[in-house]
Amino acid sequence: MELLRETPLIGRHREQKALLAPFGGWNMPIQYEGGILAEHRWCREKAALFDVCHMGEFLYRGDIVDGGLEDVFTFSVASIPEGRSRYGFLLNEHGGVIDDLIVFRLAKDEVMIVVNAGTAGNDFGVIRSRLKAGATQFSDISSATGKLDPQGPLSRDVVADLLGRNIPSIPYFRFITTDVLGSKAIVSRTGYTGELGYEIFLPAEKTVELWDKLLKDPRMKPAGLGARDLLRLEVGYSLYGNDLDETITPLEAGLEAFVNFDSEFIGKDALLRQRATGLKRSKVSFRVGSRRSPRHHYEIWSGDRKVGITTSGGFAPMLGCGIGLGLVSPEAAAMETELTIRHENVSMPATVCELPFYRGGSVRK
Amino acid sequence: MSKMYYTKEHEWVKIDGNIATVGISDYAAHQLGDITFVELPKLGKAVKQFEVLCAIESVKAASDIYAPVSGSVLSVNETLNTRPEIVNESPEESAWMATMKMTDPSEVAKLMSREQYDEYRKGL
Repeated sequence: MELLRETPLIGRHREQKALLAPFGGWNMPIQYEGGILAEHRWCREKAALFDVCHMGEFLYRGDIVDGGLEDVFTFSVASIPEGRSRYGFLLNEHGGVIDDLIVFRLAKDEVMIVVNAGTAGNDFGVIRSRLKAGATQFSDISSATGKLDPQGPLSRDVVADLLGRNIPSIPYFRFITTDVLGSKAIVSRTGYTGELGYEIFLPAEKTVELWDKLLKDPRMKPAGLGARDLLRLEVGYSLYGNDLDETITPLEAGLEAFVNFDSEFIGKDALLRQRATGLKRSKVSFRVGSRRSPRHHYEIWSGDRKVGITTSGGFAPMLGCGIGLGLVSPEAAAMETELTIRHENVSMPATVCELPFYRGGSVRK
Repeated sequence: MSKMYYTKEHEWVKIDGNIATVGISDYAAHQLGDITFVELPKLGKAVKQFEVLCAIESVKAASDIYAPVSGSVLSVNETLNTRPEIVNESPEESAWMATMKMTDPSEVAKLMSREQYDEYRKGL
């Protein structure tokens, strides 16, 4: 029997009548009483609060270059200015994605690495094995770190009212280190919903207090992983475990922009070979012609030929139709290609379209 | 006088003479969560008891709906094409999905009364 881990907010989730389900080894809220669609809408229009304490955080202290950190990810850590963060990948030798993650440059010789929950344990070992022994301090601070994500167009107002006037001045993909409820915390202008929002990292024991204070504001309501999945899908963001895994390279996943070929990293040779020989499959984004939802691992057909599989799919509330992401043979990924999504006795016509599916988000406001 | 019956797969059926009106139970609607799509059966479709009648999708999952009785489809609730959310709002009244002309009234013996269904649900 798998023992599920719980975040410091498990009691609050039960009080708030959340539907709990396993996610990445954690017992997490999928939805609260109002349901997924209501939470999704609230996040697009007002401000939603997500418990993301399950995600992993690692702290690295030491010289970035001498310690070996510069060669670990698909981007240069040394070139991230202090107070900024960068998204990218940890790859295996074949160029497959071990995890997608964000690195926060806290100081000249200090970074925080934020990774997915289900992969955190493996990530830590892989990163440590790539660092130079003895030259650095590298620690897993996940258990000691709480993380709350207020997201939505009104999240700036709510967070600023609670945490102070320096909040509104944080630009996209930058963060500040500030006092939150008497403790040192990181407030970052990032998130995964396509809306203006923040990720707040604070000591685990302060999480419940911050959760309660944020939710005292009537503009803010809790939202679960169900809404989070629809929100990220509508803006075309990849989900680790669905759209990305160790068998998929960033080139296939359409995320080459987050790979810096000027830096050195494990997996680079494989990616260069893949680029030289041409992709055998590539990311596709498509809209379904009805309210029907494609789901993970449905077949994708072009005419009478099976061309690939879906990696993510669902109903897009803002568009009123099904949407999805998948991997297909490259010619089938061309804009406006007519596809058929199939599963058992279900068949739904779809058309290849551009990302993001939903363009009305407040993310950069 | 019509009477409601339930299936183990959480459909309800209201029987009035030889006309059966079909939907899903309030329990099923709650379990599925927000309904986003209902695939209504084709008019005239003939189906045997407990075979797939049509399909329903929520934000979370796709599910088949089984015919509580054998028969052919007489009418469908076209409101569900544009407002599938009424399955959540009124599962056992407004959100009926189809009416069927029954071919074998004795099949009712294989269905549950409300009381039996409530007992059955408690055991799940």
